[in-house]
Amino acid sequence: MIDKSVASVEAAVADVRDGATIMIGGFGTAGMPVELIDALIANGARELTIVNNNAGNGDTGLAALIREKRVRKIVCSFPRQTDSWHFDRAWQSGALELELVPQGNLAERIRAAGAGIGAFYTPTGFGTQLAEGKETRVIDGRDYVLEFPIRADFALIKALRGDRWGNLVYRKTARNFGPIMATAADVTIAQVREIVNLGDLDPEDIVTPGIFVKRIVEIPAAAKPVPQPGAAA
Amino acid sequence: MKRFTRNEMAQRVGRDIPSGAYVNLGIGLPTLVANHLPTNREIVLHTENGLLGMGPAPEPGQEDIDLINAGKQPVTALPGASFFHHADSFAMMRGGHLDFCVLGAFQVSSRGDLANWHTGAKDAIPAVGGAMDLALGAKQVFVMMEHQTKSGESKIVAECTYPVTALRCVSRIYTDLAVIDVTPQGLAVVDSIEGLSHDELEKLTGVKLARRSH
Repeated sequence: MIDKSVASVEAAVADVRDGATIMIGGFGTAGMPVELIDALIANGARELTIVNNNAGNGDTGLAALIREKRVRKIVCSFPRQTDSWHFDRAWQSGALELELVPQGNLAERIRAAGAGIGAFYTPTGFGTQLAEGKETRVIDGRDYVLEFPIRADFALIKALRGDRWGNLVYRKTARNFGPIMATAADVTIAQVREIVNLGDLDPEDIVTPGIFVKRIVEIPAAAKPVPQPGAAA
Repeated sequence: MKRFTRNEMAQRVGRDIPSGAYVNLGIGLPTLVANHLPTNREIVLHTENGLLGMGPAPEPGQEDIDLINAGKQPVTALPGASFFHHADSFAMMRGGHLDFCVLGAFQVSSRGDLANWHTGAKDAIPAVGGAMDLALGAKQVFVMMEHQTKSGESKIVAECTYPVTALRCVSRIYTDLAVIDVTPQGLAVVDSIEGLSHDELEKLTGVKLARRSH
């Protein structure tokens, strides 16, 4: 019997080692797998490379991982937020390397990794600072930049419901990077609000087929990300 | 001479967006346009984080942390709305499926180069988000900005001095003084506020402006 369900978030991330590259789903806090990140902090792995759209909000989730000095490098499109103080401090002190990627290139580089594409030409970024030093090519009179895939050892994502095969459905705009990150990591770990019986998800509705998911862990709805002002040390 | 207010600028942009259009409104000043789209037109708003058919802010107490816009503010989904992942969302931009986007800017050059993502200051944390994809992806790129900086320098320039977002991408510029088209021949004035002559506008702008053609 295939059973990808794992009893706890701690068990789900137990094999993450120092130096791992980890994709973390979410756009701001929508879709951010906060409980999996908390377990990653408890796991203690350091020198991590994190791939996310942002660089943490407030004091929970990715922000807490940065606060705890576990992150060596972050690959993202929009680190600067009104509440990204942990990133801001780490970056300004030089403790954190930043690879800034236009958001569509970030998404497509992740998608390309999951789809087995070696590299691709995109018009986004041509002629800008973010394409300096990259190969370019004119195709049908238009300028393109060569971009390479982003792969990861682990992807931590959040979905609404899943089953023991790892099939997933998402909720509203919390879907964002989840479906593409699921395809681009050696080990994709999904936290869901509810694990349902096999067959309960309508095959027409499944967004991430289980083949892309290695582990699934249930976090009931009560545990929602709640901003904790004042928690910063 | 009375400058357009921010709401008048938003209203002016809204007037130029036809029924049936798929539109992305950037963060900041462009968000105001949502309040000024003519109500008798069916216009579909896109947000980069995976929603077509975005509606207005919810009633207080009805906010949903899983239903937000690119600025991470709570929004609603209208009947007919759809959700999708990030690669699809940016395919809509880069693939030329959006009819319009409206963006804020630090500078626009007379060739239509756009600078709106980074001041280039050494201590400034760079952040680009979806700006580069939007700027070159939408069929028409409208820029909405004050005509001049607080110190009175024109934001319409011969060459951008801020780092560019995309080259030759802007279709039309809406400012508090004028509406200006970017054409293959250069900039051409469409409208300007009452009491401001063409020569005065050109002097304030600092680059050559063709007179309105009608």
